[in-house]
Amino acid sequence: MRHPGINLGEHHGEAHDQAETLVFGFWVFLMSDLIIFGLMFAIYVTMANPVGMAGGPGPKDVFDLTSVFIQTMILLTSSLTFGIASLAMRHEQGRGRIALWLGVTLALGLGFLGFEARDFANMIGMGAGPSRSGFLSAFWGLVPLHGLHVSAGCIWIVVMLIQMRTFGMIPIVKTRLLRLGLFWHFLDLIWVGIFTIVFLAGISA
Amino acid sequence: MNDLDYRRELRDYLIGFGLAFTLTVGPFAIVAWGGLDRPTLLIFLGACALVQITVHFRFFLHIDLSRQKREDLQLILFSVLLLIIMAIGTIWIMGNLAMRM
Amino acid sequence: MTSDHTTTWLFGRLDLSSLPIWQAIQSPAISELIAGAAAMIVIAGAIAVIAFITWLRAWRSLWTDWLTSTDHKRIGIMYCVLALVMMTRGVIEAVLMRAQQADGLSGGFLTPEHFAELFSTHGTIMIFFVAMPLVAGVINYIMPLQIGARDMSFPVMNQISLGLTATGAVLVMSSLVFGKFSTGSWAAYPPYTGLAFNPGPGPDYWIWSVAIAGIGTTLSGINFAVTIYKERAPGMTLFRMPLFCWTVLCTSIIMIFAMPPLTVATLMLAADRYLDFHFFTNDLGGNMMNYVNLFWLFGHPEVYLLVLPAYGIISEVVATFSGKRLYGYTSLVYATMAIAVLSFCVWLHHFFTMGQSANVNIAFGIASMCIAVPTGVKVYDWMATMYRGRIRMTVPMIYVTGFFILFVIGGLTGVILANPTITYQVHNTLFLVAHFHNVIIPGVVFGLLAGIHYWFPKAFGFRLHEGWGRVSALLWIFGFSFAFLPLYVVGLMGMPRRSANFNDPAFEPLMLAALFGAALVLSALAALVIQIWVSVRDRDKLAAPLGDPWNGRTLEWATPSPPPHYNFAVLPQVKDRDDFAAAKANGRAFADTANYGDITMPKNTALGMIICAAATLLGMALVWYIWWLAMLSVLTIVVAFVARTFMLDTTYTIPADEISREHRAWLARVRAASPITRDRETDDVNQGLAVLELPETLKASR
Repeated sequence: MRHPGINLGEHHGEAHDQAETLVFGFWVFLMSDLIIFGLMFAIYVTMANPVGMAGGPGPKDVFDLTSVFIQTMILLTSSLTFGIASLAMRHEQGRGRIALWLGVTLALGLGFLGFEARDFANMIGMGAGPSRSGFLSAFWGLVPLHGLHVSAGCIWIVVMLIQMRTFGMIPIVKTRLLRLGLFWHFLDLIWVGIFTIVFLAGISA
Repeated sequence: MNDLDYRRELRDYLIGFGLAFTLTVGPFAIVAWGGLDRPTLLIFLGACALVQITVHFRFFLHIDLSRQKREDLQLILFSVLLLIIMAIGTIWIMGNLAMRM
Repeated sequence: MTSDHTTTWLFGRLDLSSLPIWQAIQSPAISELIAGAAAMIVIAGAIAVIAFITWLRAWRSLWTDWLTSTDHKRIGIMYCVLALVMMTRGVIEAVLMRAQQADGLSGGFLTPEHFAELFSTHGTIMIFFVAMPLVAGVINYIMPLQIGARDMSFPVMNQISLGLTATGAVLVMSSLVFGKFSTGSWAAYPPYTGLAFNPGPGPDYWIWSVAIAGIGTTLSGINFAVTIYKERAPGMTLFRMPLFCWTVLCTSIIMIFAMPPLTVATLMLAADRYLDFHFFTNDLGGNMMNYVNLFWLFGHPEVYLLVLPAYGIISEVVATFSGKRLYGYTSLVYATMAIAVLSFCVWLHHFFTMGQSANVNIAFGIASMCIAVPTGVKVYDWMATMYRGRIRMTVPMIYVTGFFILFVIGGLTGVILANPTITYQVHNTLFLVAHFHNVIIPGVVFGLLAGIHYWFPKAFGFRLHEGWGRVSALLWIFGFSFAFLPLYVVGLMGMPRRSANFNDPAFEPLMLAALFGAALVLSALAALVIQIWVSVRDRDKLAAPLGDPWNGRTLEWATPSPPPHYNFAVLPQVKDRDDFAAAKANGRAFADTANYGDITMPKNTALGMIICAAATLLGMALVWYIWWLAMLSVLTIVVAFVARTFMLDTTYTIPADEISREHRAWLARVRAASPITRDRETDDVNQGLAVLELPETLKASR
């Protein structure tokens, strides 16, 4: 084991050797990104109070717990399906199997985005857009930022599916999939923070 | 590298999924049913989130306490340390200011 | 669509009246004329550069050898050039501000808005587009050589970092020609910089130049850290690295973790201004104190980001020009680490007076004072290194001497300011301005200038002219002292910072002294330019192509000057700290080998320049509300990035026989040359080969 996330193993030769630096570099980037999210959380906490809400709707008025639960489950499942795709790559079970599980992950990612977009539309519909209050600005700064990351992850999956088809499972494709895997699991980690701090702690206030 | 390894590693992912699932459903259920007073609830939510994050690190990101992983673990711990300094510091300072306003 | 609509659609809110030149024609007052002249200078400068490159017929070479290069050495030099160009503007602005305040009793010649614009651009430029690129440039050039690497871990990302930094610089320069820059200082506190009080393009220029350059810096930090972790030569353990590399590691950690707060703060401010968010507004639950907190979460580590590499440079310079091994290496490493971590724990001392309780203030005050401890350790280590050394007062050592005396004063005023009760007295006065210039100029600028003089022969194969260098160094030291030491006094007398004029005649003489100092600094800059010109003219006399003009101790001196693209013909086997000094002492240096191998290097790519151009257009489009251009630029960046991932043929191979031929030719020249002793190292005879002097351990035991 030489880097965070799943390791390809010695039998992958060149890809395994290159992975060490590439994956480590990407992991450092994710740690930098972690600070961005961490600060957004801190800002959210400082604004989730009556002053920040400025007489506008609060967490209880705008959050839909059922929908959040569905999103959480979808994202958690997508972490598992990505893990299965990584395992298929590690154990060289063939391009088709990897693509299949990546496809499932992509579908789950899009499903997550769909539910999230529906929630956002509902919030705007009830007058809880970002311009309503500081609290809602903090919400709209944090949660859609995660959504943007998931969207980027979905685009990345599509690009990787194309590259797997055009190039085959060459070393650079494998190391990119390793990094994509880290990214995807990282987003699920951030979501744990979001559903706990933003939604659950918010609603229980 | 054989079928046995694959099954063992897949089982790891499934265990991780199971644990994460439980640690998600629990908090949602408690909040949906209500009943706990707020400080207890927040501690419970925070504990579940922390354990779940550890579960993700262990089973999905394969970070553990083995010697070869020490550097990665150190990087994570250092990042978390800075995150704690920044986030807790921010909440402390801004909370203090809010109290005095 | 009417023509009016079309114009708005095409150009957003950019029109004739946003051009300072047009305003100068419309109302030719002194302030407008200066702004108009500045715009003309930028345009004329751009035309002159284009004409000069055309005259040299250097466009192709500029593109293939420089702009598209992924070579860390070329990228480093481009960073430094960018920084020196921007420094010229920053210093001229400083002189203008000093002139205005020297005349401040009678109101001065600038309008307060123009003065505000000057101190905003001056601060933004000096921090983000002088100090940061200079640091990034020196690190880029030297660090891979010092650890025995062939390039950065991510050469293309390195190029993108440069591109994004250049984008920020271009945006700031554009603000001279199109519209006006922010008047909200380099920290751009809302709500003043919010839409309600400042609807013009100024704050937007600040936001996008800083945000885009900041992303570039984050990427640089990742690149530096990963390079140090993963690309060290065999045998180069972390504790055998030159001290400069340790400071780079700590600086890159700060870049990775301290730039995100800036990104967050700027993008939130942008969200407030563009999307009607309420993070920092006065109304609807916004809280501007969040911005202050976020900004200094970045801002304090930032100053350590700048000064740590300077500490590293000083460690190298002091050891080399004292002919001794660095004293207290381990304590210097731990002091560097301690400073890096502590730098994240003190940000509140920038806003002691914001209103939090004394308990919060004192916690951060104590943490701030603690930083003086590791810094003190460093100063003592450097002095102990010099003790009984064979000291040569070359230009780098003159800068370092200036650093020792002046930086310690700056550090001590820092300890004074770390006391919240004192800050309550002097905050927002020129005392503070004197303090941070006193740490940044003698600390960062002197350190980096020492580094540039020290490593210039490595990068270009000839030394910088010694005489002009001494003139420039002394002018810097005295110029700084005259310009800023009086400001401590005026600050204590109560003169507020950032004020275009004042009423108290007692300030006048000290302001005149400061103006004199500013003029000296301007002459120092002029002397530096003359020095570079003279050195280029006399480059044959100053040549030191064999690579080791200063009897260096670390690996970068074990290569020819300038080093080949691949840096080392054979990766060095490191056996010691200060490995090159050890190698020279026991005859390992300049060894031939039978094991030349093929070397794979990254190919050139246009990606960095494409992203730079698109990001510049994106910035301009966002500043001027030209939405079609903004979308087009984002699309270009994404498409260019994704398209790049489809290119597989990104490296080329240099055959082993070519490498062995080049390397053996250099070794032959080294054997033919006559080594020189240290007392002749500034003479023309210095070809870059040093007489073997006994290692200090032997000398000490005699």
